[in-house]
Amino acid sequence: MLSLFSRDIRLNIRAGGGALTGVIFFLAVIATIPFGVGPDLKLLARIGPAILWIGALLACLLGLDRLFQADREDGSLDLLVLGHDRHMLALTVLVKCVAHWAGSVLPLVVAAPLLGLFMNMEPLAIGATALTLLVGTPAITFIGAVGAAVAVALPRGGLLISVLVLPLTIPVLIFGVSASYGATANPDPFLQPFLILAALTMFLGVLGPTAAALALRHGTD
Amino acid sequence: MRLIAENLGGERGGEPVFSGIGFALEAGQALVVTGPNGSGKSTLLRVVAGLLPKMQGRLLLEGGGDEFPSIASACHYLGHQNAMKTALSVAENLRFWRAFQGEGRLDVEEALETVGLGGIGHLPFGYLSTGQRRRAAIAKLLVSHRPLWLLDEPTAGLDKASEGRFAGLMRGYCAEGGMIVAATHLPLGLEGAELRMGETG
Repeated sequence: MLSLFSRDIRLNIRAGGGALTGVIFFLAVIATIPFGVGPDLKLLARIGPAILWIGALLACLLGLDRLFQADREDGSLDLLVLGHDRHMLALTVLVKCVAHWAGSVLPLVVAAPLLGLFMNMEPLAIGATALTLLVGTPAITFIGAVGAAVAVALPRGGLLISVLVLPLTIPVLIFGVSASYGATANPDPFLQPFLILAALTMFLGVLGPTAAALALRHGTD
Repeated sequence: MRLIAENLGGERGGEPVFSGIGFALEAGQALVVTGPNGSGKSTLLRVVAGLLPKMQGRLLLEGGGDEFPSIASACHYLGHQNAMKTALSVAENLRFWRAFQGEGRLDVEEALETVGLGGIGHLPFGYLSTGQRRRAAIAKLLVSHRPLWLLDEPTAGLDKASEGRFAGLMRGYCAEGGMIVAATHLPLGLEGAELRMGETG
């Protein structure tokens, strides 16, 4: 399993990987917002956490279609499916998700504080947003894995995956953003939405890979 | 160990491709599946591996024990694709499959020597020619042990010398008690039962 993780990380970093694509897309979204909204610093600071979350969510969905498709095209997916008795397929999918998250989504979380400066956010709000992104984005990857597994046989399934997955990620977005606001706006709570966010990640960490494994087992042709 | 198929039928996209296929394979035996294009050779192999659901019939692996409870866990499946990543080096690819599928008798370097690719393990897989890629995929069969090889056109793209070397490899594997089911339309240099498809079905 560790070998699968390190293989996927290496593939992500080397040529053809999507590690930088997501970050650049994230940067493009966040950098254009102040031009569109105008130079109202207070407004930017207020919408900052929400914009960061939306940008990160969309950037997360960007590379998802390659999660299983690359393995399917070169035949590795067959062997991963056949290895079910040795390594449970759901576990294999979980490892692939974690590797995908560490390779393509973690850079977004690292870039978020820098991009928060573009939005004139306070240090506390930046910290809270980065923390909620760190806890919440794995849930998006786990949901996305289901979409990627269902659409694995479709040659250009990228957009379809985004459309399939986006409605399911809305709860993650809502609790992520409300926890980020809870850290700065005084009457709003931080801990409750944050804990629900963590619970969502853990719940989807089990449900997502299991459902994706089921889809992959029945999707081979 | 025995691999038994009875009255096996398979389909592709709802269309039956073959039916009524039966064979029994003892340890050390090979089965060469021949037939014209579209007769269902690849489908048969994928059904045996468990990658496609069987339409009818029975598939059974006897004597696998705890280590190989199912055909899927007991087989190496070599399909049309090589299941190697072009961005990684040959040795990295093989090391990954060795770690993932369990260790075999040969290590990565020895396996590459055996298929005549010694000394190029450091090259990215994408730099290799078609025949070299196929040989690297054959080396993948050697780095982890499985009692059954399912080979789909294993010699596609190989030159004469490599074909001969691979035939020797397969004979050696059978002599050690391995089972082979190979789909091909080229002579493999392998003694074993022949299953003709597209005529019986």
